[in-house]
Amino acid sequence: MPEQVSPPPLCSPAPRPIFEARGLTKVYQMGEVRVDALRGVDLDLYAGELVVLLGPSGSGKSTLLNILGGLDTPTSGTVRYAEHDLTVDDDAAMTQYRREHVGFVFQFYNLIPSLTARENVALVTEIAHDPMTPEEALALVGLAPRMDHFPSQMSGGEQQRVAIARAVAKRPQVLLCDEPTGALDAQTGVMVLEVIARVNQELGTTTVVITHNAVIAAMADRVVHFGDGHVVRIERNESRKAASELSW
Amino acid sequence: MRAIDRKLWRDLWHMRGQAVAIALVVMCGVGTYVMFLSTLGALRATQDDYYREYRFAEVFATLKRAPESLRARIAAIPGVERVETRVVEAVRLDMPDFAEPVSARMVSLADDAPHGLNGLHLREGRLPLPGRADEVVVSTPFAKAHTLHPGDRFHAILNGRRQALTVVGTALSPEFVQQLRPGSAFPDPKRYGVMWMGRKALGQAYDLDGAFNDLALSLRPGADAQDVIDRVDALITPFGGLGAYARKDQLSHRFLTQELDQLGTLATLFPTMFMGVAAFLLNVVISRLVTMQREQIATLKAFGYGNGAVTVHYLKLVAVIAGAGIAGGILLGVWLGHALSGIYMEFYYFPWLRFSLQPATMLEAAGASLAAAGAGTIVAVWRAARLSPAQAMRPEPPPRYRETLVEQLGLKRWLSQPTRMILRHIWRKPLKSALTVLGIALACGIILTGLFQRDTVGFMMNVHYGLAQREDLSVAFTDPTAYRARFDLAGLHGVEHVEVFRSVPVRLRHGHLEHRTTIRGIEPDGELQRLLDTELRPVAMPSEGILMTDHLGKMLGVRVGDRIVVEVLEGNRPLREAVVAGLVKEYLGVAAYMDLAALNRFMHEGPTISGAWLAVDHAQLQGLYARLKELPRVAGVAERIQEIRNFNRLMDETMLFFTYVSTVFAVVIAFGVIYNSARIALTERGRELASLRVLGFTRGEIGYILLGELGILTAVAIPLGLKLGEAMCYYIALTMQTDLFRVPVVLVPQTYAFAVAVVIVSALLSGLAVRRRLDRLDLIAVLKTPE
Ligand SMILES: Nc1ncnc2c1ncn2[C@@H]1O[C@H](COP(=O)(O)OP(=O)(O)OP(=O)(O)O)[C@@H](O)[C@H]1O
Ligand SMILES: [Mg+2]
Repeated sequence: MPEQVSPPPLCSPAPRPIFEARGLTKVYQMGEVRVDALRGVDLDLYAGELVVLLGPSGSGKSTLLNILGGLDTPTSGTVRYAEHDLTVDDDAAMTQYRREHVGFVFQFYNLIPSLTARENVALVTEIAHDPMTPEEALALVGLAPRMDHFPSQMSGGEQQRVAIARAVAKRPQVLLCDEPTGALDAQTGVMVLEVIARVNQELGTTTVVITHNAVIAAMADRVVHFGDGHVVRIERNESRKAASELSW
Repeated sequence: MRAIDRKLWRDLWHMRGQAVAIALVVMCGVGTYVMFLSTLGALRATQDDYYREYRFAEVFATLKRAPESLRARIAAIPGVERVETRVVEAVRLDMPDFAEPVSARMVSLADDAPHGLNGLHLREGRLPLPGRADEVVVSTPFAKAHTLHPGDRFHAILNGRRQALTVVGTALSPEFVQQLRPGSAFPDPKRYGVMWMGRKALGQAYDLDGAFNDLALSLRPGADAQDVIDRVDALITPFGGLGAYARKDQLSHRFLTQELDQLGTLATLFPTMFMGVAAFLLNVVISRLVTMQREQIATLKAFGYGNGAVTVHYLKLVAVIAGAGIAGGILLGVWLGHALSGIYMEFYYFPWLRFSLQPATMLEAAGASLAAAGAGTIVAVWRAARLSPAQAMRPEPPPRYRETLVEQLGLKRWLSQPTRMILRHIWRKPLKSALTVLGIALACGIILTGLFQRDTVGFMMNVHYGLAQREDLSVAFTDPTAYRARFDLAGLHGVEHVEVFRSVPVRLRHGHLEHRTTIRGIEPDGELQRLLDTELRPVAMPSEGILMTDHLGKMLGVRVGDRIVVEVLEGNRPLREAVVAGLVKEYLGVAAYMDLAALNRFMHEGPTISGAWLAVDHAQLQGLYARLKELPRVAGVAERIQEIRNFNRLMDETMLFFTYVSTVFAVVIAFGVIYNSARIALTERGRELASLRVLGFTRGEIGYILLGELGILTAVAIPLGLKLGEAMCYYIALTMQTDLFRVPVVLVPQTYAFAVAVVIVSALLSGLAVRRRLDRLDLIAVLKTPE
């Protein structure tokens, strides 16, 4: 069993969680239609843990992840990362937070269409502190041979892997992945999950993975079940499975 | 190269069609601006330098005859720097191989002071030797018109004696940059010229040895010109002085200044309008371009690029496009400015042209373009960056379409599904649709401003020469002449009808306002010269009182019934009063009119005339010219057709150049805007249209959905554009009023048709280009990349 950083038992004097969300709500008002994407989320995440977020479509997973990543602000409630208050509406501070701490994998990849795979990664490494080279990052996801291809010349799965390479290349302290295997077959999916787990373990990156695939939950320290805008329950895995042990 | 800069160049390459179209719009705006202002600057600088280097005089006076001893008393007037006494005479010439009468102004050259006022710029040959009565220097335009060179000979009637003259040189003078026969509106170098002869020789020919009849003065810095003029007048009045005048009233200078002023107005107004329109379009197009990148902006922000970095990135993109346009515009503007100045040089006889690059002008044009582009970029980036990245990264929420007004009115069942999509799309973003319409309309409008000048000038000529001045020939006498000269003219073979006139140089005064002009006494029921009212109907000449052009009325601030002071600048220069009996409409000049008999009474003179208008039998014209030459007092003959021709030549070369250039630019701008609107629409809706194709819509149908929208917006823009164009033309006309001419706004149907055609053809071409892209729409990409 690989060595792991797991949260201490809840009874012992708890270390301060790295993320702390309290009473988070998010309301989208579109004309007369009001969508309550989050309805009061309380959640703590600890440094170095790998959390899987499971839940039905439209339950608010992406919304929560975006708020944790400083891409969006909640309608009410508080959320904090280390010393950063993520509820403040200060663009410069949020930009700084994202630049220095967070790696994203978006549900819809969001690659820059006019840049090649390598350049898409370079876009992020060029402004990071101690990044891998784009080549290293792409090799990690098995895309070394496709480095100079444009997004439009790659399959959906390949684009997704570029997105992952781009997220991990800066060796972030927080890695937020929105359905990182959604478009991948089992074999490639496992490979990608291995990359994520490796970054999590080797760098102690606090990692959140959204998925619809319950099998993946087995590799997490904790599994957060999400439903209708709030946390339904949290499971703790007694032992984490290695990504290579998963199959679906 | 950094990845983000690579993105910049790739994006540029990807949108190269649009980038080029935008750069062209900028280029035309900047090009017009630089062309006009550099031409204007060059002509002004040339005028200044020329005047200074050749010592153009500042005060002028004409008199009958004064002894040379008067000179010292004039030189003693405080403020006077230099005095030059001259002999100036109107002479008739007999040019070999040219039957028509030719007249000239013969000006004396100081024999002893080669660096006097109004210095000659010798183009060929040398100055006349002192005392040689057979040597002349002729003005360059006259020499060109008759291909005269040193050594050539012709005859002149000097003081009634026919005399052979030899050309020893050709030259230019700051005093005659514009060589206009007095009373004529356009230069006619074939029939009117200026020449110079030694002072002694010319004086002897006119019995003015040791005397003079013309004065030119320069002033000390800070001298009071009016005071000098008053003192000079006091000295010369006993010698038949006609009233000294300042440089601003000197004929050549006044015409030149007015034309440069007019060019100046045009050269500021017109390119400013162009630049304004181009800048506006640039702003709109750029902000839409950037808006389309909102997902990418959000992605950059998500990875930690700050607002500043993102803004700089897009500013660079835009700076490349605008920069290319600015550079092209400056080059083009300088090149065209050179060409345009060259054309003006054909009319203004300057010895050289001081064309210089004007950094200030270029900076203004570049600054305006960059500011417009930059503002568009910053606003668009700011709008995209204001959203939280999470929100901006999502595709725009499925738009909330509404039923349009047309559909609500119950016309729904008449509209096909694609038509409804078009209408709803226009309806959904009314501001964007409105901006597109405004952009196309402005482009349409500036096409009118380019052509309007030609139309208007055509109209003015028609009024002036078709309705008002209808004679075939006009004859001017050297001095006021007894009325019976009329019968001499009427008796000439080939003359069918004669009308006579009296011209009196005057200064009109009303309160503190005054203007120097001539009062023309004309026959009340004349057919050849008619006065028109503001509705272009002939006006009956009142038997008493003075009529004046509405513009002169405005300049003097008078209304019908007001009394004005008339200071006659001829004979013993009486000071009289007259009543303004009416105002007439004239586009050219600032003349005042009286009944001929009334003017004779007003002058306390018998029936006297200054010239005549003739209707002639054209078959007899050549013989008639010969007979007119023999009449003793005829100073010059002008043929109406020639005036029109001269004018057309002037128009052709200056205004048409202008018209062509501005029309071409306007067309480019129109095309640039329309093409961009179409391309942006395609980019914005490409996915939607591809999805429709996937669902089974045909190419024709999606083409219709996209281009139908462009079609509707264009159709709305055209009438609006024509109205905007008219408004711009009125504005130009308003600011271009001078006492030389007033511009009515006339636009002929062909001009409207042309503007409409340009817009429609641009729309069709853009539609075609977009249609080709629609046909190659990548359906697979739509299926592959989730949005
Ligand atoms: N920008 C937005 N404007 C309006 N509604 C939104 C917006 N973003 C999300 N929503 C709505 O909020 C709810 C939660 O969305 P979210 O994307 O968080 O769901 P999700 O759990 O990630 O779903 P999925 O698994 O399908 O990705 C949904 O009903 C969605 O329609
Ligand atoms: Mg989601």
